[in-house]
Amino acid sequence: MRKKSKKLNWTHKHLLGLRDLTAEEITYILDTAEGFEQISTRSVKKAPVLRGKVIVMLFFEDSTRTRNSFVLAASRLSADVLEFTKKTSSVSKGETLLDTAKNLEAMGIDMIVIRHGAGGVPEFLSRNINACVINAGDGYCEHPTQGLLDVYTIRKNKGSLKGLKIAIVGDIAHSRVARSDMWAMTKLGAEVTFVGPPTLMPAKVNELPVNISYSLDEVIGKVDVINMLRIQFERMGGNPFPSVREYSHYFGLTVDRMKNAKSDILVMHPGPINRGLEIESQVADGKNSVILDQVKNGLAVRMAVLFLLNQAAMQQKKINKKL
Amino acid sequence: MKVILDSQQIKQILTDLAAAIVKNTPQDLKLAVIGIRSRGEIIANRLAQALSDKLDTQIPCGTLDITLYRDDLNDPQGDAQPQVRSTEIDFNIDDKIIILVDDVLYTGRSTRAALDALIDLGRPKAIKLAVLIDRAGREFPIQADYAGFKTDVEPGKLVQVNLIESDEKDEVFIE
Repeated sequence: MRKKSKKLNWTHKHLLGLRDLTAEEITYILDTAEGFEQISTRSVKKAPVLRGKVIVMLFFEDSTRTRNSFVLAASRLSADVLEFTKKTSSVSKGETLLDTAKNLEAMGIDMIVIRHGAGGVPEFLSRNINACVINAGDGYCEHPTQGLLDVYTIRKNKGSLKGLKIAIVGDIAHSRVARSDMWAMTKLGAEVTFVGPPTLMPAKVNELPVNISYSLDEVIGKVDVINMLRIQFERMGGNPFPSVREYSHYFGLTVDRMKNAKSDILVMHPGPINRGLEIESQVADGKNSVILDQVKNGLAVRMAVLFLLNQAAMQQKKINKKL
Repeated sequence: MKVILDSQQIKQILTDLAAAIVKNTPQDLKLAVIGIRSRGEIIANRLAQALSDKLDTQIPCGTLDITLYRDDLNDPQGDAQPQVRSTEIDFNIDDKIIILVDDVLYTGRSTRAALDALIDLGRPKAIKLAVLIDRAGREFPIQADYAGFKTDVEPGKLVQVNLIESDEKDEVFIE
């Protein structure tokens, strides 16, 4: 049991990315999430924390885990949820993003969870509307709640991130998860290495606070945690590698390769998995895998985020009233 | 600052509370003690120990965090934000007599939150409230079943309970 966490006054009513949060703030979210874990295990899996609040899921890209996890987190905190999909909304009639958001806000919503293919959209929204904005993935920029649930899962298994060596492997270029992970992990004291073919490294990667390697075999024996990313074919133009088989051969996490890894290595994957491509089924389902724990922890982390943002919003409202 | 209870008196009160609880609880019913974070947790531990010694059986003891059930989450009182911590109750509360423990009973709002939090965990046979200090000034229709020390302190004053486990010294004072 972690002893008394440091008290901190949470002031952010938006969660746009982890890049701008301090190590103390990230730790505070993780500590808060611990208190929310038990809601999912008891007889009444609900608490009256966000009663009467309305949260919109504004997803312009497909999602299974993130969307359902946010809906469930909001429901467990007794909020009402509005589901928005691009295909069945007036966006298909040409309504702009801001008009869509303003119209939803006019109905009296309190929070917007947004996923969008273009980087910066959540930040843009946060500057133009009053509701709390939570980034559920924007372009190649950030996916903060995934970064948080990843470090939460690591901390739960390893006690702390300080001094840990962590490899993030694969399609770094198209991965907002890699970026949010990188910010959270390095802020909490871990050493991060991006591993993948040069064609899947982002531009200006050498300016980021990470090591870079083009060989998984060189890195696999040295790391405490390995996070395998999905190849995002839907975002690719051109061919970043000659064939899927060749990619798998050099950068797939196979049973053979696992023989060279530390025996207590944590195997992670943000999902969805391409079985047999970036990770072999036996490894994804093996004893070192915490892939489903990540999903489970995501729920507690998202409840904590919803709670904290609402607290900050309530506090600001009170201050504004006084002025 | 005026000290109203010293460590010897606190010890005596807890012994008396344990005796009263044993006397009023039929022997065939299962007791459990649950303390409200954070001072209630410590008093609950001591009370559970005293009950275990008296009844010669281990009385389960847990800790309840009531932050998620507070009635001021959407109307913050003061500047301090509530901090969520975990509830640690590793036994089933169904059909048990739950002794709910807090350090000071004042407005009754914490107790109301604790009752709501408890019934989301299960369906106890009964919930009894035991407090070290029963301070006048109730805002809700809630009363203690077992009160250690009753005091009538004017509003605006603070009744502070210090305990060795968290504050180096057992003492209750008014300031």
